[in-house]
Amino acid sequence: MPDFTMPSLGADMDSGTLLEWLVAPGAVVHRGDPVAVVDTDKAAIEVESFHDGVVEDLLVEPGTRVAVGTPLARLGPPDGAGVPPVAPATPTTPDGVRAAGAPAPRAKPVPPPLRHHAADVGVDLATVHGTGPDGEIRRADVDAAAHRPAVPVPPDRREGPPRRRVTPYARRLAGELGVDLASLPDGNGTVRAADVRRAAGAGEARPDRRPPAVRERDVGRATIAASMSRSKREIPHYYVGTTVDLHRTTEWLRTRNREHPVTERIVPAAAMLRAAALAAREVPEVNGYWKDAGFVAAGEVHLGVAVRIRGGPLVAPALRHADTLALPELMAALRDLVARAREGRFTRAELADPTITVTDLGDQGVEEVYGVIHPPQVALVGVGRVVERPWAIDGMLAVRPVVRLTLSGDHRATDGSTGARFLAAVDQLLQRPEAL
Amino acid sequence: MTTTPDQARALLENAVRRVVPDADLSALPPGADLRHELELDSLDFLGVVEQLSQDARVRIDEDDYPALATVESAVAFLMARAG
Repeated sequence: MPDFTMPSLGADMDSGTLLEWLVAPGAVVHRGDPVAVVDTDKAAIEVESFHDGVVEDLLVEPGTRVAVGTPLARLGPPDGAGVPPVAPATPTTPDGVRAAGAPAPRAKPVPPPLRHHAADVGVDLATVHGTGPDGEIRRADVDAAAHRPAVPVPPDRREGPPRRRVTPYARRLAGELGVDLASLPDGNGTVRAADVRRAAGAGEARPDRRPPAVRERDVGRATIAASMSRSKREIPHYYVGTTVDLHRTTEWLRTRNREHPVTERIVPAAAMLRAAALAAREVPEVNGYWKDAGFVAAGEVHLGVAVRIRGGPLVAPALRHADTLALPELMAALRDLVARAREGRFTRAELADPTITVTDLGDQGVEEVYGVIHPPQVALVGVGRVVERPWAIDGMLAVRPVVRLTLSGDHRATDGSTGARFLAAVDQLLQRPEAL
Repeated sequence: MTTTPDQARALLENAVRRVVPDADLSALPPGADLRHELELDSLDFLGVVEQLSQDARVRIDEDDYPALATVESAVAFLMARAG
């Protein structure tokens, strides 16, 4: 029976942090059951089992960072040697962990300035030992906790005895907003980010746009830094760009959207993603990976979409099989993907296998972007802002909505002419929006 | 029933907060562009429009988007339409 190991959740992932066990020893797991939550620096991902079996032993403590391939849990055969099945919700009690943390219930709420300070220095207040009167937490205590070496306290033990399912993002948010998870009303379900926000909103007027915790920002930054440095070190980029007349697409969308409920409205960005996905199928040389000194075409189009999470890291999860999604389906998939990105929830596949990525900076107000390719992909499509410009048609001037589309290509895999062919294909597709 | 400025503002605030949970409309400078100030992308903005349409029970077409540019114009729009 193979061990359950740290999976590779992206081409650039060398290691990951085990955040949370979703099973306990003795639990019966089936292929596809979520077993653990893993933090890849980009997002927290629930990882499923590849096998049917019984969890015999958990080998790694939550909070531990291990290399891809490291055994995390030992699995036994499904009809295992007499290990009684245990309800998955029963937490384990590894020795010596509790001593490090598990403070007494706090007597007084922590004042907001101190909470902000804790969030800034990346300290979870639930783990801070207060030295003030009645165990009150003082600034010095937070600073002391910030300088203490990280102790792998299992997340579920931080909130006290009753085990609650808390999504990793909700937990992080609770830390930032200073919400005590134990104080949340006892619902039946999993605590989600929305519950934490609600609790935070009930307590105080929220300050606007607080920066995210330094620790989280640094991790996200470090991931992007590593990936982008590798890209610029290894990939000889070439760049091509063109201006596309969006008159037909925007008019078609406008008419179409007037005939549909608001909930089914399609934004121009989705139409451009659809066109990019179809063009990637037409020009397969830009859709795939550079692996071991050669290009491997992907066969399918999993369109990476760069999503800026408010106050968080930049991620580019995949709209899977984007070339097979009709425009309304693609729009729905896009909204779903972006909503989940904000909660930090992706499936393994969404992060692992984009075959070409699109970055749209139009809403940020720039007219064009020449992006950096996400290795091991070989191309990145840049979309600028849709602007009205004078446009010559049949010797006459007209005012048209236009957009700058660019392609950054890997010169090892393709030449500029291939990139040009791709952009021409996108342009043509956007002139026939009804066929998108 | 007519929609008062306060009601219109509350509708707007609620819709915006669904997308930007910590948004504070009163902190925005008068006349500030909502999409720009709150860094709303087109999907965010659609989320606001959807919530507004539902709460105020008005149809908001894309042609109405310019009327939602600022807090003041949006309040005026909602008072005119949601009455």
